[in-house]
Amino acid sequence: MENLDIKRPENIVYRKPALLTDNIMHYCPGCSHGTVHKLIAEVIEEMGIQDQTVGISPVGCSVFAYNYIDIDWQEAAHGRAPALATATKRLCPEKYVFTYQGDGDLASIGTAEIIHACSRGENIVVIFINNGIYGMTGGQMAPTTLLGMKTSTTPYGRDPKLNGFPLKITEMLAALDGTAYITRQSVHTAAAARKAKNAIRKGFEYSAKNIGLSFIEIVSTCNSGWKLSPVEANKWMEEHMFAKYPVGDIKDVLK
Amino acid sequence: MAFKGTIEIDTQKCKGCAVCIENCPAKCIRLSKSVNSKGYRYAELANDGCVGCASCATVCPDSVITVYRVKI
Ligand SMILES: Cc1ncc(C[n+]2csc(CCOP(=O)(O)OP(=O)(O)O)c2C)c(N)n1
Ligand code: SF4
Ligand code: SF4
Ligand code: SF4
Ligand SMILES: [Mg+2]
Repeated sequence: MENLDIKRPENIVYRKPALLTDNIMHYCPGCSHGTVHKLIAEVIEEMGIQDQTVGISPVGCSVFAYNYIDIDWQEAAHGRAPALATATKRLCPEKYVFTYQGDGDLASIGTAEIIHACSRGENIVVIFINNGIYGMTGGQMAPTTLLGMKTSTTPYGRDPKLNGFPLKITEMLAALDGTAYITRQSVHTAAAARKAKNAIRKGFEYSAKNIGLSFIEIVSTCNSGWKLSPVEANKWMEEHMFAKYPVGDIKDVLK
Repeated sequence: MAFKGTIEIDTQKCKGCAVCIENCPAKCIRLSKSVNSKGYRYAELANDGCVGCASCATVCPDSVITVYRVKI
């Protein structure tokens, strides 16, 4: 069969979600941020909640997330997205409110914010992009950087005597009574991306049930910061990041 | 039931990351010899083995792939 015969609108089985704008993403080639943006756009589109959703973008490479998903957004100071989300959700309880935060943003400068938002049981969704590094500022060590991992501030590899240990903040947050759904996912394969999308959807659905905070960690790559090609970075993530940050559900109060 | 598919790539927006190539079960995507206006080699179909599974499009960080599929 000629390809020309197949390329008809009625035969389309996958296309860019309409909620993603036509702006060219500023991310490096192969960066996980773009894939996660797409999944969020698909969930919001499929739930039909475009005009009811408010995103809070962070400081980090995803600072411009508001240029890519066509919903209402606010831009928070570094690490303060959960505070802005708290205010937004309390003032507009009928809205779906989510934060989108990197590991430097959430697990370093914003640690207090996220812990207390979880502890208060705010009915928001948190998307946590853990790429083990400060991507935006030039690849410095993050709290989540693996032991032995080279970054621009740990050029000989992270040494626990000097730099401490990787922070598994997601497991810590699961211990707090205010959290409803806590999961860790990835987006490096089609199967993984589909699971991550289901998790994001569950988070949005739970946030409307007023049962507490939903937290979705995405173990991600920063191939530029890791100094690997995008494909090599995905393999490195599977081999090294998953050992410390295993994927799967960690807590679900409705199960 | 068998499927036949094809993909359309927005080659001007493709960044040549090759994540789609790695995820194609039919091994039918490759990077072009020429480059787009941003200087990236872009993804292109390498043969007619596409089954329209959409794995490539699902993992494409820049969402530049449209997938078509028909039953045969
Ligand atoms: C108050 C404040 N301190 C420090 C910075 C510098 N800064 C910008 S982004 C960033 C970390 C970003 O890392 P991460 O949150 O992991 O995001 P990524 O870029 O890796 O996605 C830092 C420290 C800042 N912008 N504001
Ligand atoms: S620096 Fe890292 S996190 Fe930032 S866009 Fe590039 S690959 Fe993505
Ligand atoms: S995944 Fe997307 S951006 Fe990357 S090479 Fe394939 S089509 Fe291009
Ligand atoms: S739709 Fe499936 S078979 Fe076709 S190019 Fe994409 S990954 Fe390969
Ligand atoms: Mg980071």
